[in-house]
Amino acid sequence: MIVQDFLFGILSVVTVVSSILVIRLQNLFRAALMLVVAFGAIAGLFVLLNAEFLAVVQILVYVGAIAVLIIFGVLLTQELEIGNKSNSLWLPALIGSSMFLALMIFVVLDTDWSFMQNVVADDTMSKVGEVFTDTPSWLASVLLKEWVLAFEAVSLLLLAAIIGAIVLVKERDQ
Amino acid sequence: MNSLLESNVIFRNVYCFWAANPGNAEQCTPVGAVAVKDGLLPGGLEWLAYVMAGLSVILLIVNVYLVFAALYTYVDRRVLAKFQGRIGPNRVGPFGILQPLADGIKLMTKEDLVPAGADRWIFNLAPVVMMSSGILVLAVLPFGKDSFVVDLNIGILYVFAITGVNTLAMFMAGLASANRYAMFGGMRAVAQLISYEIPVVLSVVGIVMMAGTMSLVGIVEAQKVPFIFVQPLAFFVFIAGSSAEMNRSPFDQVEAEGEIIAGYHTEYSGMKFGVFQAAEFGAVLITSALIATLFLKGWEGPFLPSHVWFLLKLFFFAFIFIWIRATLPRLRIDQIMAYAWKFLLPLSLINIFVVAAEVLLLGDQITDSSGVSMDLTTSDMWIMAGINVVVAIVAVIGLAKITGMDARESTKVANVTRVIKGT
Repeated sequence: MIVQDFLFGILSVVTVVSSILVIRLQNLFRAALMLVVAFGAIAGLFVLLNAEFLAVVQILVYVGAIAVLIIFGVLLTQELEIGNKSNSLWLPALIGSSMFLALMIFVVLDTDWSFMQNVVADDTMSKVGEVFTDTPSWLASVLLKEWVLAFEAVSLLLLAAIIGAIVLVKERDQ
Repeated sequence: MNSLLESNVIFRNVYCFWAANPGNAEQCTPVGAVAVKDGLLPGGLEWLAYVMAGLSVILLIVNVYLVFAALYTYVDRRVLAKFQGRIGPNRVGPFGILQPLADGIKLMTKEDLVPAGADRWIFNLAPVVMMSSGILVLAVLPFGKDSFVVDLNIGILYVFAITGVNTLAMFMAGLASANRYAMFGGMRAVAQLISYEIPVVLSVVGIVMMAGTMSLVGIVEAQKVPFIFVQPLAFFVFIAGSSAEMNRSPFDQVEAEGEIIAGYHTEYSGMKFGVFQAAEFGAVLITSALIATLFLKGWEGPFLPSHVWFLLKLFFFAFIFIWIRATLPRLRIDQIMAYAWKFLLPLSLINIFVVAAEVLLLGDQITDSSGVSMDLTTSDMWIMAGINVVVAIVAVIGLAKITGMDARESTKVANVTRVIKGT
């Protein structure tokens, strides 16, 4: 248990520090790489929660693809070393982010966390544990049996978004 | 802790050598090789023995990997030379086998330059990221019967996630070098690697469907018939896609010497360049090991010990990769992208569809404690193999005709477009 606490401490410090650096660093390239560090540390937190599947998907999607695309996008739009200039939108951004922070704090304080500890001996907990240890097959049966309609609707939406993106960037003069 | 003690012989031997005591006699009895009754450490320090045992396993695996990668540079050069009617390196040691050692010494004693405009931190970090992603994959590869570090139940997904970090390392190196050629190399790397990751991952979906698990050990055990026969289409997509992911010819646009010097590692010198080279050659070995595991029953085989079988299969595919490199000319960047999206992606989708239908029709449904799964007998797999070989041939030839990937067709199409565009 001591090892877990120790690892949790390190990972949360890394997450918080790298998240702050994402905002504070002037060099956008380095900021984006700090985002990768934050993603990796969050994946480590998932592993501590026995959610290995989620951790691996986090690395696969966020580190492997999204971070690279962010760097690519930043690279194509502006000079990397100058960084973001602040503009008149800082006030709405501050309001929006503080509202989101308040919402998160409310959720954390309002959730009945003792529920998770009280039902350790109970059957529910073993079911929760099952979900975490064998996530892929559990996810598969939930997505393709109970929520298959919602799943298909989401994939249709994604397909529409992909086709929309292709149409937007297509050459016009043909 | 217990699963490691049960599964890993080296780990168990080291652990018991240090920390065997009456308390864990049960775990340390079947050691055999190291017959110590009492460990060297006093009781209560089991965790130290655990750490030391873990470090020993890591040291062994990483060093064997690096030595193999170094030797593979020699084999690559020698075999490539044979293909091209040359001799290759033959001066250092018998048959030139010590050439990698000489190269290593040369690289280590060279001056380590960082370009003036470079982002020093990221420039130095890129080779580390590149190398570590290769080494981390070794954790889940089963090298032989019961010899692996961990058997993750999401093994194959873990491999793809970790190798995906390679893209980031190349991009970091390319952007931090403050060099146009390096940047082009990095950008090409991103475009190519992200495109080819999709067909490669999708080609493995058919295997996961048949094996019913993502664990690499489970996939090896599920192969009553080698999957290379059962899913030839997936094998083709995987071997083509992964040779693109390793930036090897015919897909080596990322470091095309004739156009962009050496791509993303143009500015690297000394041992940092050596680390990039070692990571690239190591990637070939890891991919060969992965193909052997996924498609050729991994460590399983008659008569010989399991480790020998695994190495034989690994070297076979490593040789195939040299063969491909020696045979095919480099493609243009647009041809590479078209090949991924118009050819390999539809092929992998066809494979998923066909395999899913076959598993549904031929498999027997069994319900046990872990849920519902499909069981395929050996004869089922042979029937699937018969159907899938035909499907693979028809799909490859048909799709090549439709998309103009046929070699003669594509030149014709290119000429026509050139005429239309008036260039």
